[in-house]
Amino acid sequence: MDDIILELDGLQKTFGAVEALKGISLSIRRGEFITFLGPSGCGKTTMLRCIAGLEEPESGRVLISGEDMTGWEPNKRPVNTVFQNYALFPHRNVFDNVAYSLKLRKVEKEEIRRRVAGMLELVQLPGFEKRMPNQLSGGQRQRVAIARALINNPAVLLLDEPLGALDLQLRRQMQAELKRLQKQLGITFLYITHDQEEAVNMSDRIVVMREGAIEQAGTPSEIYDRPKTSFVAGFVGTANLIDGVIEKASAGTALVRIGQTKAEIAGSPLFAEGDKVRFLVRSENLLLFTEPRAGCLPALVAEYGYAGGMLRIVLETGNGARLIASRQGVGAEFAVGQTVWAGWPPKSAVPVDLPEIGEEKAL
Amino acid sequence: MKANRKKRKDRLPGLAVLPLAAFTVFFVAIPLLYIAALSFLKRDVLWGVTNEFTLENYTRMLDPLYLGTFADSLELAFLTTAVTAAAGYPFGYFMARLPKKKKSLMLLLVTVPFWTNALVRIYGWIILLRSGGPINGFLVGIGLIDAPIRFLYTYGAVLLGMVYSLLPFMILPVYSSAEKLDWSLVEAARDLGASKAKAFWTVAFPLTMPGVLSGVVLVFIPSVGLFFLSDLLGGGKIMLVGNLIKNQLLVARDWPFGAALSLVLMGMTALMIALYRKAAKARDLEGWF
Repeated sequence: MDDIILELDGLQKTFGAVEALKGISLSIRRGEFITFLGPSGCGKTTMLRCIAGLEEPESGRVLISGEDMTGWEPNKRPVNTVFQNYALFPHRNVFDNVAYSLKLRKVEKEEIRRRVAGMLELVQLPGFEKRMPNQLSGGQRQRVAIARALINNPAVLLLDEPLGALDLQLRRQMQAELKRLQKQLGITFLYITHDQEEAVNMSDRIVVMREGAIEQAGTPSEIYDRPKTSFVAGFVGTANLIDGVIEKASAGTALVRIGQTKAEIAGSPLFAEGDKVRFLVRSENLLLFTEPRAGCLPALVAEYGYAGGMLRIVLETGNGARLIASRQGVGAEFAVGQTVWAGWPPKSAVPVDLPEIGEEKAL
Repeated sequence: MKANRKKRKDRLPGLAVLPLAAFTVFFVAIPLLYIAALSFLKRDVLWGVTNEFTLENYTRMLDPLYLGTFADSLELAFLTTAVTAAAGYPFGYFMARLPKKKKSLMLLLVTVPFWTNALVRIYGWIILLRSGGPINGFLVGIGLIDAPIRFLYTYGAVLLGMVYSLLPFMILPVYSSAEKLDWSLVEAARDLGASKAKAFWTVAFPLTMPGVLSGVVLVFIPSVGLFFLSDLLGGGKIMLVGNLIKNQLLVARDWPFGAALSLVLMGMTALMIALYRKAAKARDLEGWF
């Protein structure tokens, strides 16, 4: 396939006793904005460094535009990196920082001047050529770092938590700007973050990583609405994970028993009667009723208040489990200590941690 | 009560500075003024000075003999600085790249020579270098040479002694600035297309330049004045400004001339520091290269 720009084939890397990468394989399409999301220490930075050539995998291959570049020096690879701490050269001004790679390639002076000016225009820092890095704000340094990495038209731009050091407002603004840059230039962006909101906002595809392995890869809506595992469900968004036992399995919806309550959830061909099952209900999909209702779990309102612009209601069910519901705006008023009945539309209750079909066969 | 306590508190910093101030006045400022005054006086026939004003001590230095001594000293100092920089820079730079445990071991090894007297260590070199010493013994033993080579009491021996004595003063400042170097900058250079060598020369080297400059000052200044090395390893045949001053003060007993030489040497050193400051400042303001 000629539209695959970057292919990772079984990347493996250990640091001492720690397995940083446990065989990562993935194909990335040309022009894609792909985000690797995971907690710190999940191996995502190591993976990025293996692509850039700053780290060598013990086994596995890195193919860029179809060419096996495993073992190549970083300066020979057609990728550029925006580093977490920007890594601007403190002894060179903005112009020299951005022009660095062009000067190395002995590009003609007038062309360098023109391209640097164009690039600074693109990142909205026109006329900043003579400034030194220590005279710039965090956001401006970030833009210079992006300009410096983009000026050579890399096949893939690698971004290692580039917005981590910025405050929330600036981060949102830069997210939008990165997305705009990526669309405008059509360059493949490989973005690394531990911030799920960032990942959901910007990406065409999200790869959730956990302990050196890919947990799930998919579009933001696949990751958010149909997470395959409880880890993915818990890492992205606010998740209610509920355990139950299958009473009646069918293709469309399945009936589960949770304590005394019987409720419907989305079905799966893997379900069999009597199976234990764990399913996800997003906080915004949790419906609350003040009167008893069939298929709903009785619960006590434990907390009630606003969090991040959303009304947040924390519930305690009989067996001590906590459920979180969120609502936009005011809606119905609840009092702490009040008994409510919590339910969900069956299709929005998604089973997680199901064995893979392949694994099932192997068993 | 309260006012009293406040007053005492205010006086405390002043009191704390007092010993240092007294020390500076009695052991630095007054002797320096004394030397300065001495340098404009005429020497007495046998001993001491007369209180007759003269500039002769300074004009005398224009004698080609003395100018030659200054030139030789500067040459040796430049050579020493160049060799220590060439040997000390890679040492300090790579030492900073070592894993933590090895780093502290190396740091210890670099500082170990300071635990013994410099004079004792130079005698060690004399034993190593002399005609019947282990180095010549080894070279003759393996049949590389027929007769012992004369190492000791040569210009090379003095240079070796200088480099040996002053190398740590180059290694340590280079190490400390290489230690502070943000390695991700070198990685960024590599990522942007620089070869290992190019990344070093365009990023790592300019950013560790402050260490080299401090090392240069720390090595160059003492290397102009270290007289005992040329006495011991050069056999007194190599006359440096340091030797000249020592001879005037202790042997010839021409205190005014010795004082004048000292002041000129001090002036040269001050000039070096001024140049260094200017270079360091220029680096801060405009960036290196």
